Amino acid sequence: MAEAEFEEIADSFEFLDDWEDRYRYVIELGRAMEPLEDAFKVPATKVEGCASQVWLIPEIEGDGPQATFTFRGDSDAMIVKGLIAILRALYGGRTVGEVPQIDAQSEFARLGLHDHLSSQRSNGLRAMVGRIRDTASRAAA
Amino acid sequence: MYDVDRIRADFPILGREVNGKPLVYLDNGASAQKPTAVIDAMTRAYSEEYANVHRGLHTLSTIATEKYEGVRETIARFLGAGNSEEIVMNSGTTEGINLVAYGWAMPRMEPGDEIVLSVMEHHANIVPWHFLRERQGVVLNWVETDSTGALDPQKVIDAIGPRTKLVAVSQLSNVLGTKVDVKAITEAAHARDVPVLVDGSQAAVHMPVDVSDIGCDFYAITGHKLYGPSGSGAIYIRKERMAEMRPFIGGGDMIKEVHRDEITWADPPMKFEAGTPGIVQQIGLGVALDYMMDVGMDSIAAHEDSLRDYAVDRLSGLNWLQQQGTTPDKAAIFSFTLDGAAHAHDISTVLDKKGVAVRAGHHCCGPLMDHLGVTATCRASFGMYNTKAEIDVLVDALELCHELFA
Repeated sequence: MAEAEFEEIADSFEFLDDWEDRYRYVIELGRAMEPLEDAFKVPATKVEGCASQVWLIPEIEGDGPQATFTFRGDSDAMIVKGLIAILRALYGGRTVGEVPQIDAQSEFARLGLHDHLSSQRSNGLRAMVGRIRDTASRAAA
Repeated sequence: MYDVDRIRADFPILGREVNGKPLVYLDNGASAQKPTAVIDAMTRAYSEEYANVHRGLHTLSTIATEKYEGVRETIARFLGAGNSEEIVMNSGTTEGINLVAYGWAMPRMEPGDEIVLSVMEHHANIVPWHFLRERQGVVLNWVETDSTGALDPQKVIDAIGPRTKLVAVSQLSNVLGTKVDVKAITEAAHARDVPVLVDGSQAAVHMPVDVSDIGCDFYAITGHKLYGPSGSGAIYIRKERMAEMRPFIGGGDMIKEVHRDEITWADPPMKFEAGTPGIVQQIGLGVALDYMMDVGMDSIAAHEDSLRDYAVDRLSGLNWLQQQGTTPDKAAIFSFTLDGAAHAHDISTVLDKKGVAVRAGHHCCGPLMDHLGVTATCRASFGMYNTKAEIDVLVDALELCHELFA
């Protein structure tokens, strides 16, 4: 269950008080995530970013608001990739009805990573969250 | 003796911390910080001397106009232009080059006519020419740099053909730090009756510039990179070219008379300055240029050369770091990537935590990124107030990146 996975990450973060260790952990999470094959890194899956590239493939199982939402993602930047792994833990396995209710900004704030989701960061993550919510909302409708 | 501590004391922002660390500002290529003299001059202009320019006969309008027009003289002096009427004031290089594209190039270019430019141009010196390519079939003729990032002037000259109507090149690459011999290019181009536009956005910040010596037709600068306010700038336009230009942006201040079916233009350079300009920004720019000239452009260049030598020495000790742009006489602008999986974005994120501000991305240089075969680089770009100690901070932070991402 992804919700538990996210809580596990949040627990780990509580033990890491300096930013270097947090980044090490984020980078590890990114390394542990299965990379997206190059064949999937196409314009259709690309999320608008700036400095780094971000790709997202939503996967929905079932119909209606109870359908299960997961996604695959990747980035050419390692920190961003780690943050995508955290987003997967946050959203993966939820129903499409639940997904739009999740406040990613405040969940990331719990980890001290909220500035990575702010509109001033041109890392594509915020746009990724937007696309996740839109996709889930459409599937739930 | 160049007293960098005294200069630093003139820039209040350099005293602040970022993420709990002293700021090491190495993003001067994107925009430079401002000395107190500039900030104070802008405050004074707004609090004591503000009115619109070129219009009223009242006291404040006269003072504001005198200050604003005085800046035209300062810019002419800074660029070595013989006549301040050859200076059009604007919001920066982007506007300056668009003015040339719309006002000079557009009316005189036929399908198949060519513009020669280098692959290391900034988008400001690319996109306006793409407009001409898309809209009227102008051909963009690109000249490549070599593996060190050098641009051989002879290659630019050889690219000039019978259909070439303009050469548009930067004097100093914002990514590679490469300096370009625009004087040699101009001499050869003029021998073939081809005008030359120089993008001086970076060069004017780091080295003495003399447009009379270069001989070019257009030379564009940007105020915010010259320690002046954002939204300030200018373009030098040789008198003969100015006479050939039609106005670009229409509005107040650029006309003599306007009737229902008839209009007459103001004389250049006013013909090319429509609407209320950035009065206070421009006044700030004048103060910034005076500040630079007081320190001395030769002194600034010598200081930055010593920073370059030290940075080359320290960075070349990092065998996992790849530098883009290695010409020996380059400016203190360093683009690099790290071996392994670290993206420029990762590096700048970690450097930021160490208080070091650099740029990560394509630096508005798409064709150059293609040429280098990368999607993004990190760039540390130095200015008149940077120090060798800051290079040490940068190198320490890069070593941490190497350790984190290796």
